[in-house]
Amino acid sequence: MKQEIIKSPISTILVWLVAVLVTGTFAWILGDIIFHGVGGISWEFLTTAPEDAGRSGGIGPILVSTGLILAVAMGVSVPLGVGTAILLAEFTSATNWFGRFVRRSLDILAGVPSIVFGLFGNAFFAKTLGLGFSILSGGLTLACMVLPILIRSAEEGLRGVPDELRLGAAALGLSRTATLFHLLLPAAIPGLLVGLVLGIGRAIAETAALVFTSGYVARMPQSLLDSGRSLSIHIFDLSMNISGGDTNAYGSALVLVILFLMINATAAWLAHQSSSKYNDSYQFR
Amino acid sequence: MTVTNLDNLQATTQESVLMRTEQLSLSYGKKIAFEDVSIAINQSKITALVGPSGCGKSSFLSCLNRLTDLIDNCRVTGRIFLEKWDVMNRQIDTIALRRRVGHIFQKPNPFPLDLWKNFAFPLKEHGVKNRQEIDLIVERVLKDVGLWHEVKDRLKDSALALSGGQQQRLCIARALALEPEVLLMDEPCSALDPISSGVVEDLIASLRQKYAVLVVTHNLAQAKRIADYVGVFWVRDNRGKLIEFGEAKQVFESPQHDLTAAYISGHRG
Repeated sequence: MKQEIIKSPISTILVWLVAVLVTGTFAWILGDIIFHGVGGISWEFLTTAPEDAGRSGGIGPILVSTGLILAVAMGVSVPLGVGTAILLAEFTSATNWFGRFVRRSLDILAGVPSIVFGLFGNAFFAKTLGLGFSILSGGLTLACMVLPILIRSAEEGLRGVPDELRLGAAALGLSRTATLFHLLLPAAIPGLLVGLVLGIGRAIAETAALVFTSGYVARMPQSLLDSGRSLSIHIFDLSMNISGGDTNAYGSALVLVILFLMINATAAWLAHQSSSKYNDSYQFR
Repeated sequence: MTVTNLDNLQATTQESVLMRTEQLSLSYGKKIAFEDVSIAINQSKITALVGPSGCGKSSFLSCLNRLTDLIDNCRVTGRIFLEKWDVMNRQIDTIALRRRVGHIFQKPNPFPLDLWKNFAFPLKEHGVKNRQEIDLIVERVLKDVGLWHEVKDRLKDSALALSGGQQQRLCIARALALEPEVLLMDEPCSALDPISSGVVEDLIASLRQKYAVLVVTHNLAQAKRIADYVGVFWVRDNRGKLIEFGEAKQVFESPQHDLTAAYISGHRG
């Protein structure tokens, strides 16, 4: 079907302007980071420890801490999130009061500023549970923060699976559990991956919530109970507190951006793989 | 002249009744979809339900294998028997019920898996785990629906790559793989092109030998061609009613009800 093209020159210019503005801003930020950062990146920069408060040396331990914090956050939030999404999408109806209550709470939680999560994490994980300033505290705090995003997108993914699949499976005498694991979850994978990317994106970029929980220590962590500095905190520290740290701040920022783009691309590729296998023919039949 | 429910049942008592309903009614919230429907489904016969849209034919079908359990806000009253088995009893094993009573939907709904897994998944869930055994069943049922030669080399391809008519035959084969006794078919040809529709219709006619078939159709000519018994649904007082039920020949040639006569002659509906 061919869409009618809007001929009015003013609206054409406006629409283009908006598009150029959005992509332009992104390109500017990216270009600035690449321009200033690319010179500082080397294998050595990625593997060695920071020296002189980060003015020289590399980001090796910081990458490790970032990876561990992310692993804790995702390892805890993904199973919890998918489980909650299954409960919401498959075992409560859209109008059920309990489901509505949970959904509303999640929406509010998703809007809470990250600094509040940081204070909560500090009070609960670091102090009450006695985990101290540690990768575990930071990861768990981030898990709380990304849960709403994960749950809502996983739920959307499950609700997007056509009902005819559920009815068809039930009509063949298949249990709900079997239907869930063999049909619904695989069909919902693209939605789950979108949630995962959004969640990782939010977690990897987080600074405020980690300041109070995983801390500043830039040493190589020996265990999950050690404090560990994440990339975003490192960037924040270098650019705000350390005079002469700008070069390495840009280098670290570039690493962070590349990491995120890689995660994004992997997820997009996975989503494409699974959707061409499962959903495409459903939608375009 | 009206037909009482008792008459409906008597029309078929000589044959071997496999499944029957007694004064079955269904409502969605306050809206009554149909009420007081009593019919019998006979072994080795095709029973067709005809009537205008929105008179509860499809909802009626979903009661018979308790698929209505999955629909919010839906209340079913009356009685359903599969042989001596009380289908409406809350305690019964719906998984076993749905194995005995297969259901084919209007829109073909193969699973988004490969062809072989479309059979293997339900078979495994019902306890058939042996690969060779599954292979044998797949070949047998695909031959039964005339699909074997078309797809035997593509069993690892996605079922969604098949044409609409092939998908519908696949779904019928998938239901047959579980060896049901009753087959419920909800306008199985209406989403298909005329040629596929003809193929599926011939297939349904051939299923008569082994199964009790209950088919909902909008297509009177089709009902005339394949049905042994015909039930006519009609909307009265904003709710579905069964206004006539009997042998196909009798319903089509000397209908008891004025509305039936008008409907089959094309004046109403």
